[in-house]
Amino acid sequence: MADMQNQRYRHYPQFTEEHDALRKTVHDWCVNRLHPHAEAWEAARLFPREIFKEAADLGLLGIRVPEEYGGLGLDWWFTTVWAEELAHCGMAGLGMALLVQSDMATPVIGEIGDDYHKRNFWQPAVQGDAIAALGVTEPDAGSDVASIRTTAVRDGDDFVINGAKTYITNGTRADFITLAVRTGEAGYGGISLVLFPTNTKGYRVTRKLEKIGNHCSDTAEIAFEDCRIPVRNLLGMENMGFYYIMQNFQGERLVGSLSTISAAQRCLDLTVQYCRDRSAFNKPLTGFQTVRHLLVQLEAEIEAGRQLCYRAVQLVEAGDDMAIREISMAKLICGELANRVADRCLQLHGGMGYMAETEVSRIWRDARLITIGGGTSAIMREILTKVQGI
Amino acid sequence: MKILVTAKRVTDPNAKLVIDDDGSWIDDDVEYILNPFCENAVECALQLAADHDAETIAVGIGDEEVQRYIRQGALARGIDRGIHVEADEQELDSDLIAKILKALVEKESPDLVVLGKQAVDGDSNQVGQLLAEMLGWPQATFASDVKIEGDEVIVTREVDGGLEKLAVTLPAVITADLRLNDPRYASLAGIMKAKRKPLEELELDDLDLDGEEPKVRVVKLHEPTGRSAGVFVADVDELILKLTTEARVL
Repeated sequence: MADMQNQRYRHYPQFTEEHDALRKTVHDWCVNRLHPHAEAWEAARLFPREIFKEAADLGLLGIRVPEEYGGLGLDWWFTTVWAEELAHCGMAGLGMALLVQSDMATPVIGEIGDDYHKRNFWQPAVQGDAIAALGVTEPDAGSDVASIRTTAVRDGDDFVINGAKTYITNGTRADFITLAVRTGEAGYGGISLVLFPTNTKGYRVTRKLEKIGNHCSDTAEIAFEDCRIPVRNLLGMENMGFYYIMQNFQGERLVGSLSTISAAQRCLDLTVQYCRDRSAFNKPLTGFQTVRHLLVQLEAEIEAGRQLCYRAVQLVEAGDDMAIREISMAKLICGELANRVADRCLQLHGGMGYMAETEVSRIWRDARLITIGGGTSAIMREILTKVQGI
Repeated sequence: MKILVTAKRVTDPNAKLVIDDDGSWIDDDVEYILNPFCENAVECALQLAADHDAETIAVGIGDEEVQRYIRQGALARGIDRGIHVEADEQELDSDLIAKILKALVEKESPDLVVLGKQAVDGDSNQVGQLLAEMLGWPQATFASDVKIEGDEVIVTREVDGGLEKLAVTLPAVITADLRLNDPRYASLAGIMKAKRKPLEELELDDLDLDGEEPKVRVVKLHEPTGRSAGVFVADVDELILKLTTEARVL
């Protein structure tokens, strides 16, 4: 399979020798270092903390981060390779946790943070010394971000924070949270982003949540009770948080789409191999035309999804830092497709596909999140309705 | 201190090799990797260099594509600089490769040469031994542990029935076995640095080896003959009958 993997990307001209070398590093790290532990870490409902440090030491948590903050200052195609190859650890939960760290909870610090924010939060995250989480969703506010209720009230040089957040990836062990809070009026005009250190008094992890999939990643419900943080932890301008969140979502959705389509490809590759090896009625499953046609149909659809992601990356690289249309399309198409690929591949595995021990069944469980997390498919369609002016 | 290490490009063992129409060589539209034993050699050199403040040099021989494997397999992991000797791989054998390495040793004067014990394409397992003989240096092959103590290298070798510990005086030739170490992954910082590290390009002419002929030549390559499927036998009697009358091995 490694050979097919390399063949596949060899003909995309945007990838240079250095991109290929990173692909090999991440692929080998995933296959040799991480994948063998998949079952154990899934069962433990947590992977070891040291994995963040290992990823950081390989430079994987600071790909686009400037060198002065511990990163490498490279382009989005390196991030593309990172997000794609991470799927080969076979645990979407671990991939999600690391991508939250590198591409979901922290890029906004680079965009709008000052040197204090970058030195004290961004750099430790890039170096794997601090675990980051993104705190937006609340028990009563998910897709409707503008209605969040967690408040931050100014008191001298402090914000006093009260409220709760839920479904927080890396939530049980995060060292800081890029947190959306209400600092002003009701609605989207009263939201701010702050950097919240989790060793603040009054902060509690109220529950570790059990999920359908992504088992090796921790997801938490957290509460804030009169938590005091300095006002200088405010990111960017007060009450502009909604815009920052929407902008930050673009990168989050793009890496999410890339990692999803790569997981779908892995799922299909595993299934092609299974269909070659498995015989029924005296011939391999690939000997049946319906099976062959399904396999190539899925291959074609995955390629289409990948090209949509690459188009979005190309736009972002060219300076369109929002690329809202293409990123929303990629998230919508790849999320729905990944679920269908996983479902069809599981079906081809028959009884074995229904067994929890089969990797394809884990991919099926893990894929279910993608049309929900980081903006649901319905929200993607809603954004596209606006973009298209319909 | 200076350590010379080999970085040989080999066809990916997982790749399907296609033999050229005339049976002379394999189709080169195939995935290549750095020879896994060379990865162990590179890791060994890096560890020794860290402990003994040594300069490390990686050598690759072959066409221009080989440079990619010197850069990404060795320099990206931390080897200081590379040397690429341009040669037609079809015109190389273990003897000529050892002669090339000998010429490089004379040019660079390393204290230690570390090679993979063999390359996983040809599996010849000869270059390290030939090189030591040509240089008149001590050799320790199939190393599973390497330590430098004073002017000696203490090498543990994996041999039939156990481990053998040798002390060889420097300069020396060592070949690395798989269990010597776990080769590190190239970090992204290493990958980007490799781009700017020196990679010297040499021709056989530069080493006074122009016109040297290999002693071994590939005459023809062909696919292994296919094996026919096995058959199930009902009982031991039938097995013995078939072994006697059909296979004629009893």
